[in-house]
Amino acid sequence: MALNSRVPEGPIKDKWTNYKDKINLVNPANKRLIDVIIVGTGLAGGSAAATLAELGYNVKSFCFQDSPRRAHSIAAQGGINAAKNYQGDGDSTYRLFYDTVKGGDYRSREANVYRLAEVSTNIIDQCVAQGVPFARDYGGLLDNRSFGGVLVSRTFYAKGQTGQQLLLGAYSAMNRQIGRGKIKMYNRHEMLDVVIVDGKARGIIARNLVTGEIERHSAHAVVLATGGYGNAFYLSTYAMGSNVTASWKAHKRGAFFANPCFTQIHPTCIPVSGDHQSKLTLMSESLRNDGRIWVPKNMEDVLAIREGKLKPVEISEENRDYYLERRYPAFGNLVPRDVASRAAKERCDAGYGVNKTGEAVYLDFAAAIQRYGKEQAHVKGLDENDKVVVTKLGKDIIKAKYGNLFQMYEKIVDQNPYETPMMIYPAVHYTMGGIWVDYNLMTTVPGLYAIGEANFSDHGANRLGASALMQGLADGYFVLPYTIGDYLSNDIRTGKISTDSKEFEEAEKQVKATIDALVNNNGTHSVDYFHKKLGKIMWNKCGMARNEKDLKDAITEIAELRKEFWKDVKVPGGANEYNEELAKAGRVADFLELGELFAKDALQREESAGGHFRDEYQTPEGEAMRRKEFQYVSAWEYKGEPKDAVLHKEALVYENIEVKERSYK
Amino acid sequence: MKLTLKIWRQKSASDKGKLVDYKVDDVSSDMSFLEMLDVLNQDLIDKNEEPIAFDHDCREGICGMCSMFINGRAHGPDRSITVCQLHMRSFKDGDTIYIEPWRAAAFPVIKDLIVDRSAFDRIQQAGGFISVNTSGNTQDANGTLISKHAADTAMDAATCIGCGACVATCKNSSAMLFVGAKVSQYALLPQGQIEAADRVRNMVAQMDLEGFGNCTNTGACEIECPKGISLDNIARMNRELMKANLN
Amino acid sequence: MSGFFKSSIGRKVAMALSAFFLMFFLIMHVSINLLSVFSADTFNEASHFMGTNWLVQFIMQPVLILGVVFHFVLGFILEIRNKKAQGVKYAKNNGAANSTWMSRNMILSGFVILAFILLHFIDFWFPEINHKYIEVLPEDPTRYFGELQHKFMSPLRVGAYVVAFVLLGLHLGHGFTSAFQSMGITAGRKKTLQSIGKIYAIIIPAAFIFIALFHHFNH
Repeated sequence: MALNSRVPEGPIKDKWTNYKDKINLVNPANKRLIDVIIVGTGLAGGSAAATLAELGYNVKSFCFQDSPRRAHSIAAQGGINAAKNYQGDGDSTYRLFYDTVKGGDYRSREANVYRLAEVSTNIIDQCVAQGVPFARDYGGLLDNRSFGGVLVSRTFYAKGQTGQQLLLGAYSAMNRQIGRGKIKMYNRHEMLDVVIVDGKARGIIARNLVTGEIERHSAHAVVLATGGYGNAFYLSTYAMGSNVTASWKAHKRGAFFANPCFTQIHPTCIPVSGDHQSKLTLMSESLRNDGRIWVPKNMEDVLAIREGKLKPVEISEENRDYYLERRYPAFGNLVPRDVASRAAKERCDAGYGVNKTGEAVYLDFAAAIQRYGKEQAHVKGLDENDKVVVTKLGKDIIKAKYGNLFQMYEKIVDQNPYETPMMIYPAVHYTMGGIWVDYNLMTTVPGLYAIGEANFSDHGANRLGASALMQGLADGYFVLPYTIGDYLSNDIRTGKISTDSKEFEEAEKQVKATIDALVNNNGTHSVDYFHKKLGKIMWNKCGMARNEKDLKDAITEIAELRKEFWKDVKVPGGANEYNEELAKAGRVADFLELGELFAKDALQREESAGGHFRDEYQTPEGEAMRRKEFQYVSAWEYKGEPKDAVLHKEALVYENIEVKERSYK
Repeated sequence: MKLTLKIWRQKSASDKGKLVDYKVDDVSSDMSFLEMLDVLNQDLIDKNEEPIAFDHDCREGICGMCSMFINGRAHGPDRSITVCQLHMRSFKDGDTIYIEPWRAAAFPVIKDLIVDRSAFDRIQQAGGFISVNTSGNTQDANGTLISKHAADTAMDAATCIGCGACVATCKNSSAMLFVGAKVSQYALLPQGQIEAADRVRNMVAQMDLEGFGNCTNTGACEIECPKGISLDNIARMNRELMKANLN
Repeated sequence: MSGFFKSSIGRKVAMALSAFFLMFFLIMHVSINLLSVFSADTFNEASHFMGTNWLVQFIMQPVLILGVVFHFVLGFILEIRNKKAQGVKYAKNNGAANSTWMSRNMILSGFVILAFILLHFIDFWFPEINHKYIEVLPEDPTRYFGELQHKFMSPLRVGAYVVAFVLLGLHLGHGFTSAFQSMGITAGRKKTLQSIGKIYAIIIPAAFIFIALFHHFNH
């Protein structure tokens, strides 16, 4: 099957407009006859559900949480990009498009990204109209900040809770439609399969997580907005419940999975404190503007620190290795996320990690405190050589800039970052890969759509800051409602889809069989035992830097672990009750398959691009080496076992942007 | 450290439920409270007992899913945090810790420590929104000026994570801090003013219908709210409702 | 508007309105009583006026009684509803960590105050009504001060008064600011209101207690 991206003809800036002008529409009376299922209620799913319901479709919305408002979009901190050019600093649709394609290391689809940049401005208008309290300046106008090293200020924000506020905006729009009866909301439900009838997605099988009941739900189209799969690594900044199950089941039913190995690993997270660790917490990237990253130069200092005999502040300047400043004198501590992450791993792998587990580096604000303090002392006419005064003034500045982050750090780590350097370590935090979709956001299964982080998206091999929120809302509010209408216009005479067909029967039987197998397995190890093991393999062999040998090992190890899982997993409790272990078991079973495909994808991609770094493909200076012959999307077709998956390539053509090298020297 | 836990166990909504004692050894002070429960659950699974069911998701204090009454306080002894942000260093070796689900007639227990908070959703569905369709041609976002003060105060109200600690801690099981925060957010912004009267009336009516108690201004909710939502929001809601009924 | 007073917030407002009325009445009552400390004659004069003026007797007095009954009955109804809203009780609940004793026990202080009001009626109001309207005894405009002193001779009664007023103080300690909050007047002015509330909640009961003790020890 050849991949058809269905990108419309014409110049890039007219594609979306022309497309909208020519699609088929469904008249309001007919919309009432059409059902749409949307799985997931984050920014993408929530905004899509609300918009389709406003248009008149009957929407059924599903989330595994107890309320749609809790989807993990809520945790996004920084902001949302839009090419409003309110600051008059030269921003434009083209610039946002350009930055996003370049930031994605030239592995995203040009036409999709341009459309994203195009509708970005509508998102801000829409959210403000909904009552999202974006930050404003004293004149009452919207405030912007610059983010992720781009040259313009185009990021809109609501304190450090932008994701929360945008999600609550989409949730409020959903609530309005739930109140009108146009959305039927299924909380605490997990999708366990997609049902294909006559080659089209016509429904899902879902489990009511409270009662354990297996339910059939039919619709004329199914939309997956189920987020990313970073929890394959066990430890990540994802929510505990974030999973790949919906996407993976869709993959098994014929949806191609694209670029699974493109994962973003964020450099500034709070390190693991012990085996009990369940989750990693992100510290905003902005800290690197003032913090200096280092590890001790001498191994004896490292060991003394780990034993608690030495404090980091007691190590003199000449015994510190500011490795980013050493390796990248031009960019220093401000190198991009992937570079900073890999450099930290390199030091820790060499044994210089500074916490108990040896997986942490210092992020030190002492120099910044002194620098700001001296500056302030000078401005205020105080003694610049009085250490006490300078330190106090400097701390005040740091507190004003990062107070809430420092407080959060202190709560978790119980150390005062004003007095002693922070400890940080990279963590998995976004997946650029996902279900392959065409320009219409439709997967390779007709009638099955994937939006937001769940699709392979517009971010290529690396995502820029403040772009995830933009993409989720663009897909849900402004793209899908058009593209799905074009598809549904053929369904106005179809009538209700029956759930009594053999396809539903078969899918339900299969879901029940899997659940029965899990609850009756009576093995010896808990689900977490396997999940942690998978996480270790993923992190060590498919993490920040990958190589052929490790990836091959990972493939074998994951396959073996999967076998062991099915033989030996222990799921307490029954199928017909609230049973979190059972829900977890199903998710981990899917991660165990995805993980292998992930490694397989990383293995075939013999280049380094964005979040994907292959040890074999680097420049002599240790930089990522992108290769022209890999300028394609790898889309995998399911064929039974992950190892049998078949690779399809969608060539990426850049007509409106020049493909350039990345350099940080 | 070693701890004794007294945890509410209840098989299902219809079950009566009771406190059950558990002992946990080897608790590290770096663990979060939920990680301590993870360890206990692994133990229970190993012993072929049923693990304790509790709600949790983001584990970074923003989703509002976790909900436990720990030693007589919503989200435990520390202020301005959720349970997932509570760390074991807040306890001492040998402590006995009571862990109970949110208690309120409007929040029935589903299992163990998990309660049904869908009443909050229904209150929002009754009016917690601005009636604007997605069109892509609403007026420009800077078309209406909003003072920084109004925007910031609305934002403070909007930071509510809907965890239900206010209800759980209120001696009357009142939901007024939650509803007040949502009413306030919209009351403070110029958007959606046209439906302000209906909004507050409908939301309060739904709140009453759900069986939440009446606020007696003890202020406990404000203290226990992980996001520090102010009591002022309740006063503002009272004003809004009076205003709605006077016009 | 009738729908408003059926809503939870409407009932809060009704509680607050009756509370404002009663708090105003307390100021008036304590002012007249204080006269007894300074001059028996002025006190008699004021009492006689209050006792015989038709506006006070036939309009304000019934309104006051209604106000008290309304405040109590509604308070009681709300308490029952709130208890119902609670469902199962916590095995361990550390209320002191987040709220004051007085705010959590308004019903208790309310009951003590109610019991006191009954005693007060038995002590003063019933004999008054009996005097004026049932037996229709001849009016003596100077009898009030003597009756007052007589009542405060018993240490038991004075003790009961003191206890009741301490609880009134606690009731007001929360009730004063609570009434404003219910009326939606708190926002932005909390600190000042709280200070005024504290002063009010201390001064009024303290004055009543002072009067009782004064007459107990000075007759």
